[in-house]
Amino acid sequence: MIPISWYLILGAILFIIGGAGVLLRRNVLIVLMSLELMLNSVNINLIAFGYEMNDPRGQIMAIFIIAITAAEVAVALGILVALLRNKHTLEVDNLTIMKG
Amino acid sequence: MEQQFFILLALVAIGSGLLVVIARNPIHSALSLVACFVQIAALFVLLGSPFLAVIQIFVYVGAIMVLFLFVIMMLDVRKEAHTRFIQNGVMPTFLVLLALASELLLLLSQSSRLHAVMASQRVIVDEPTKHLSLSLFRDFLLPFEVASVILLVALIGAVVLARSEDRTESTQKTTEEAAK
Repeated sequence: MIPISWYLILGAILFIIGGAGVLLRRNVLIVLMSLELMLNSVNINLIAFGYEMNDPRGQIMAIFIIAITAAEVAVALGILVALLRNKHTLEVDNLTIMKG
Repeated sequence: MEQQFFILLALVAIGSGLLVVIARNPIHSALSLVACFVQIAALFVLLGSPFLAVIQIFVYVGAIMVLFLFVIMMLDVRKEAHTRFIQNGVMPTFLVLLALASELLLLLSQSSRLHAVMASQRVIVDEPTKHLSLSLFRDFLLPFEVASVILLVALIGAVVLARSEDRTESTQKTTEEAAK
């Protein structure tokens, strides 16, 4: 039997790796992939707590997260293709149209 | 036995997660992210939610990562292979990450309330998918329908975003032809 804290520590480690990818990489595609990794680590936490508390709501929340992530990725990649067509760059340093 | 499985899956997941951030080639990042997602799906099986494991493989590996690979292979992304990481502001980023990591680990190791919550009430359920579907369609029907509407909106939005320029070009062409 695996203690739940192992799952939580794994989720924390994956979340930090994903955060490092989001903050440190220059390529927008890899920033998006690291975002997926962060969302997945949150899913691990939710399902671990749902299993531990014997409650299906953890899994339901994870299902909704997966559905919303699919929508987000479709829109984000559409924006990315349109952006690349107009600006010919994928590096986050050069994408300062909105003065961010 | 379960614990050895968990350690194996967790080590491979962390290693491939690191490879996502470190790899030079975006295709290597995408493939190692696929490996990481498969490990996480196996962890979901260990957590007694086989439906989520299947959904994870179908949606993440089968749809999202294939979409990523399509976009990577359609676009030319090889020219920036020599500058992987951001140039300025690396130190503040590391400080933020270090603060986040220490906070998370302190919370997980020291918080007595969290440990009280984590006291196990584990019951082995016969048919976890049956319980999940009953709860999903009985108590969470409205969020389910809202999620389907969000997916439809995202579908239409992605098509409009990816095709917008073609349409303006074609409308310009038709107006030019009309002018001639």
